[in-house]
Amino acid sequence: MQTINRRTALKIGGAAAALPLLGGPAFAQVDKVRAAFVLIGTPDDNGWNHGHDRGRQEMLAALGEDKVETTLVTNVAEGPDSERVFRELAQQGHHIIFATSFGFGDYVLRVAPQFPDTKFEWATGYATAPNVAIYNAKFHEGRAVIGTIAGHMSQSGIGAYIGSFPIPEVFMGANAFHLAARKVNPDFITKVVYVDSWFDPAKEADQARALIDQGVDVITQHTDGPAALQVAEERGIVGGFGQGADMSAFAPNAHLTSIIDIWGPYYTKAVKSVLDGNWTNGSSWEGLASGEVLIGPYNPKIPADVVAAAEAVRLGIIDGSIHPFAGPIADTNGNVLAEAGDIIDDGEFWASEAWYAEGMEV
Amino acid sequence: MDLVVPIIMTLIPAATPILLAALGELVAEKSGVLNLGVEGMMLTGAVVTAAVMLITGNVWLAILCAALAAATASLIFGFLTLSLSANQVATGLALTILGTGFSSLFGQPFTGKAVPLFRSPFPPELATHPFWSVIFGYSPLVYFSLFMVVAVWWFLQRSRPGLVLRAVGESDISAHSIGYSVIGVRYMAVAFGGAMAGVAGACYPLMLTPQWVERLTSGRGWIALALVVFAAWRPFRLLAGAYLFGLVMTLEVYAKASGGGFRILPSEAWAALPYLATILVLVLISMRRSGSTSAPACLGKPFVPTT
Repeated sequence: MQTINRRTALKIGGAAAALPLLGGPAFAQVDKVRAAFVLIGTPDDNGWNHGHDRGRQEMLAALGEDKVETTLVTNVAEGPDSERVFRELAQQGHHIIFATSFGFGDYVLRVAPQFPDTKFEWATGYATAPNVAIYNAKFHEGRAVIGTIAGHMSQSGIGAYIGSFPIPEVFMGANAFHLAARKVNPDFITKVVYVDSWFDPAKEADQARALIDQGVDVITQHTDGPAALQVAEERGIVGGFGQGADMSAFAPNAHLTSIIDIWGPYYTKAVKSVLDGNWTNGSSWEGLASGEVLIGPYNPKIPADVVAAAEAVRLGIIDGSIHPFAGPIADTNGNVLAEAGDIIDDGEFWASEAWYAEGMEV
Repeated sequence: MDLVVPIIMTLIPAATPILLAALGELVAEKSGVLNLGVEGMMLTGAVVTAAVMLITGNVWLAILCAALAAATASLIFGFLTLSLSANQVATGLALTILGTGFSSLFGQPFTGKAVPLFRSPFPPELATHPFWSVIFGYSPLVYFSLFMVVAVWWFLQRSRPGLVLRAVGESDISAHSIGYSVIGVRYMAVAFGGAMAGVAGACYPLMLTPQWVERLTSGRGWIALALVVFAAWRPFRLLAGAYLFGLVMTLEVYAKASGGGFRILPSEAWAALPYLATILVLVLISMRRSGSTSAPACLGKPFVPTT
């Protein structure tokens, strides 16, 4: 096992991708792949697990039932119990096992060496092994699009980002949101708060109430549920955004748009590589361009010019002309992190301390 | 100062489910039964409320069904601990695990569907008034919880059945020897505790987070248990304690949102404050009452009549 950050991950991934050219396929071809998906919750959570299960179904549809069969294991806690699940799935002869939550990593890395012929895939992971690959999505690219909408739509000029924990994935999303909003409104303020949980609806809702009472009129959340959006609807503020899936059913007025996770193409690619015998222990981190991250339908109340601005950012990120972390960027202490014309590479976040761009209140 | 009304308007609803569940537990504990299954019964109440609301749309029926479902769950606990004299601590923990599992399973078809809010019964001019909303702006569940504080106090301190219930909790053998049914009284107290926990659970989909999702109560049932000890088994002190807890929880979210002078503490410290407050108050209570506690004498002990 080697620990790597995102930047070296890309190099290693590239090197691994080149391996078959040098030495022939590392794994033999398979006629019918047995793929297992291990979820931390159930597919009807409307968010993270829902997205992974939909990805599984899309993969099944794309490759066909005669080429692949899947096993779905739900409600597996991120603990020693998951190790037993992974071992059992490997013993049953699954060719590839997807561990769809960050906390499964330690157990995957423990089981993987005992089953060298089984491939493991760790979602949002940070370390690979000879038969463990990692995959993630650039959710922060979507955050730049919704930040643009927030900058245009907010009347108070104060937005909020309700995060779970101050981990790289969350604070890079908050920065992407804020920087995009500031491009529209140079005085935009983003209040960043952490509720210290991925899932505590009552606390998320109270937090949203507290933020609205202090002048926030656009809320986005980086937790697993729509509780904050429901408060936005109840209080009648400008709005909020869905996370992981379209959440407009909870807040028809307040729901401006959503960031939707699409895992289907990646699952299709990974399973197909097992079929073809050219699977590698790579590191996939794709975003808007390859369709892993989608922006949901825009609320009809958003004016056409704002939709056009949001679309311009979305298309700009896809064609590479816009980068979510393009300079000039200074942090809250006034340190210049990137000059005009420079960018901060997305991968640097994984190795850096949390920082917040000028105008964010943490 | 502008924030005083919003903070009160947030803290009272946040404290209400804790208050309701703790009142029910207080009565059960006064009769001598320690039921650690509050969290499980709250989850049961929450899921049943969401289900009945989504099927029938009748809020009163939903609250009634929540109370009945959680009372039924508490009677399972009652049967094991009262009729079979099982260990109350272990059985109570099992009830929490059962309630968590049952609510996840039963709640699957209802997960993540929006439930209509149970709003203030007062006319909108009062309920949304910038100042008077602080009195009139709450869900009927809040007024119900305040009524129940008085009702429980009156029942325990001023009524004859309340006296019997306290006697059963303080000295089960004496109550038994003068002809009261210890087990019968305890069954009723446990069922009342269950029903109140069910209504506490109903507060989540109806008032705080209008939906059902797994583990919706996120551990508030344990705070309710701590609160009973915190309040030294007295209903009005329970009310003060619940609102104090609510205040600390609410200050945490307002502090994080303000970005100003509140930032003296990191967010993790704010999150830990309610629990630190519990420990502090427990220490203070035990210091003042040097030696004696106000816990019912028979709390947690099974009653097995010999004659």
